[in-house]
Amino acid sequence: MLVLVVDTATPAITAALAEVTEEGTRVLAERVTVDGKAHGERLAPQIEAALTEAGVKPRDLAAIVAGTGPGPFTGLRVGLMTAAAMGNALGVPTYGVCSLDGLGAPLSGHALVATDARRKEVYWAVYADGVRVDGPHVDRPAEVSPGAATTAVGQGALVYADVLGLPVPPDEPIYPSAFELARLAAPRILSGEPGERLVPLYLRRPDAVEPGARKHVS
Amino acid sequence: MSSVPLVLGIETSCDETGVGIVRGHTLLGESLASSVDEHARFGGVVPEVASRAHLEAMVPTMQRALDQAGVTLADIDAIAVTAGPGLAGALLVGVAAAKGYALAAEKPIYGVNHLAAHVAVDTLEHGPLPEPAIALLVSGGHSSLLLVEDLARGVQPLGATIDDAAGEAFDKVARLLGLPFPGGPWIDKAAREGDGASITFPRGLTGPRDQAEHRFDFSFSGLKTAVARWVEARERDGERVPVNDVAASFQEAVCDVLTAKAIAACRDRGVDTLVIGGGVAANSRLRVLAEERAAKYGIAVRVPRPKLCTDNGAMVAALGSHLVAAGVAPSRLDLPADSAMPLTSVVA
Repeated sequence: MLVLVVDTATPAITAALAEVTEEGTRVLAERVTVDGKAHGERLAPQIEAALTEAGVKPRDLAAIVAGTGPGPFTGLRVGLMTAAAMGNALGVPTYGVCSLDGLGAPLSGHALVATDARRKEVYWAVYADGVRVDGPHVDRPAEVSPGAATTAVGQGALVYADVLGLPVPPDEPIYPSAFELARLAAPRILSGEPGERLVPLYLRRPDAVEPGARKHVS
Repeated sequence: MSSVPLVLGIETSCDETGVGIVRGHTLLGESLASSVDEHARFGGVVPEVASRAHLEAMVPTMQRALDQAGVTLADIDAIAVTAGPGLAGALLVGVAAAKGYALAAEKPIYGVNHLAAHVAVDTLEHGPLPEPAIALLVSGGHSSLLLVEDLARGVQPLGATIDDAAGEAFDKVARLLGLPFPGGPWIDKAAREGDGASITFPRGLTGPRDQAEHRFDFSFSGLKTAVARWVEARERDGERVPVNDVAASFQEAVCDVLTAKAIAACRDRGVDTLVIGGGVAANSRLRVLAEERAAKYGIAVRVPRPKLCTDNGAMVAALGSHLVAAGVAPSRLDLPADSAMPLTSVVA
């Protein structure tokens, strides 16, 4: 089955076409650019480019998988809105996967995954042999409790390596992998499980304060 | 009939998620979801709250509009979406949705100007717009006077507010008078029971020097402050505040300036059509005063029904329909949301 994968939970803008079968998952075409401020401009052309490279028409898609974050809100919504609109237009199911799982799933042993949450904070989760055992959370790096983790992965782990105090393996990706997101959703896709509404993992409330008493002008 | 393109419009520039479907000048279906109740306790629109609401509301709103029109996405010939101006994060949700729908359904996309869409929506009610026309656009986010010579190619701004938007002034004065948010309808209602001539509030940018420098610009910040001072003086003296009279007198000051400058623009440019749009166009006094003054000079006033004046998807579809009919090329798939999109570009 042909599956479109998108993730916009980090500065990486990811679009991929994957084939999911009982034998396994493979990525047929992928477009990734890293630009924290261009999700709205870049994602759609990248989807189109990935489909074109694989010679696939949108109507050939059987499902759409989207990383649901956590991630900076504005960029995250671009991926989820695009995925939801395409799913609605094509009448195919959409499946959400926690974007941190796109980094944590392939890891063996105990590992921390951290991405940049801006405002000097990180989105983080702890994995045991690829399974998330704690998180996702958003905190200052000093407040992260990595549990039994012996390594840390992700752009946030790299940026705050000093504070987190965990070695960051140089060969691991620092942004969620489209392949892993597709692989994690594969059982649901193959069993024909109903799709779900894509709900972003915001983890933070909107910044808004109720107004106080009226200010006097004179 | 079916040779006339079927155009879908998506609007998310502020707190309304709107989808409209138009063929030619005929509105076939529309749906609107508003997050206004979520903003009420903050006394104004909170951008992040609006953006979250757009993401949740988009697919159901789309479905309702399609169902109402009795069409599917496959029947649509083009998708138009508000690319700006507006709240950056809110615009981006609509643009992402439009791109997703356009990509999946393999349709052309038009990223369009929100203010031009406020002008275009009138065609759904009154048919093709005579050009040139003067447009007065007044809402919570905008107060502009525009010269519309060719709506498909660009609109010439003649003037705009230099501080608060007219609708913003309504919200702030409503709050001052203890009336709910959004203030426009409540001020209008209170004003009907009051005397608009009872208090003389200032008319911003109407002095002799302003006539040279800011002939077609507006200012409502001083008016708002004048109302606040007047109300506070009564409160300090322990007097009852005559809410209805204050509302009516404030409303009169706003409508006086808006209509005087709009009519002056028409006469200055030799234009005999005035279109009024935006949420404040729903104000009953503005409509009456504009028609009274326009009649003296043989100017025709076109104001769409209130539901079309406030933000909605139909207006975006109406502009998209106009652009497709005029043979304007669609936008590219990398079109950005532009919170400060200039009026000189109708298509992004």
